[in-house]
Amino acid sequence: MSAQTTIPTPRSPYARRKTTRGNFELYSWVFMRASGVLLLVLVFGHLFVNLMVGDGIKAIDFAFVGGKWASPFWQTWDLLMLWLAMIHGTNGVRTVINDYAERDVTRGVLKGLLLLAFTFTVVLGTLVIFTFDPCPADAPAELLASFCTA
Amino acid sequence: MPTAPAGTLYRGREGMWSWVAHRVTGVLIFFFLLVHVLDTALVRVSPEAYDAVIGLYKTPVVGLGEVGLVAAVAFHAFNGIRVALVDFWSQGARYQRVMLWVVLGLFVVTMAGFLPRHLMNVFGGH
Repeated sequence: MSAQTTIPTPRSPYARRKTTRGNFELYSWVFMRASGVLLLVLVFGHLFVNLMVGDGIKAIDFAFVGGKWASPFWQTWDLLMLWLAMIHGTNGVRTVINDYAERDVTRGVLKGLLLLAFTFTVVLGTLVIFTFDPCPADAPAELLASFCTA
Repeated sequence: MPTAPAGTLYRGREGMWSWVAHRVTGVLIFFFLLVHVLDTALVRVSPEAYDAVIGLYKTPVVGLGEVGLVAAVAFHAFNGIRVALVDFWSQGARYQRVMLWVVLGLFVVTMAGFLPRHLMNVFGGH
């Protein structure tokens, strides 16, 4: 009967457009979950050692901190906890700001303040952990860890 | 003039309220973290300055605040695992409601372990 006619392709086939915006939000989503699991261990460990063991909160003073940070183990623990918690928390607050601050200017200002608080806190905390002297020379011995006088 | 939102995505019940609680506890913990790094930084000022400020943490009022803080951390931690399971576990969305009750159960157990110990430390004779 009728000859087979070839139907021309109506349009170019579908091609997924390559995103130009990067995958920042994907990485941030993954980071929240990965850091969250680590933080559960780090923070519960921190709370247990500082609030549950011995006299808990009543035992915390300069000598207690000196005793802890004399060990590279707790220095590493606290440094990791500081960085992960600050990035996790800052990213969480960033999400909250994006959700509720509708005006561009408000959002920009709030996120600027957030970045400032993040940078200041992380730099300060990191410097404190690494430059801390558990036995300052001019301090009364009874306020220091026992190994200072031994 | 603020514009009224068109409709709402809020659906109430366990899913929404756990999300609200996760946000509130998260923001609370974040602001405490900023304060906590500042007070700890006083170890670089002098032992006297650090001991004076950390003394505040041993008072009854702040001691009760610590109960709230630990409660916030415990809920946020357990519910965070639930959120990750909803995302990564194939059955996660189906069991999100059950998992919230597990979260609340773990929360109660954690607080039952922490509360007596901490309250004795704060209010006990020392």
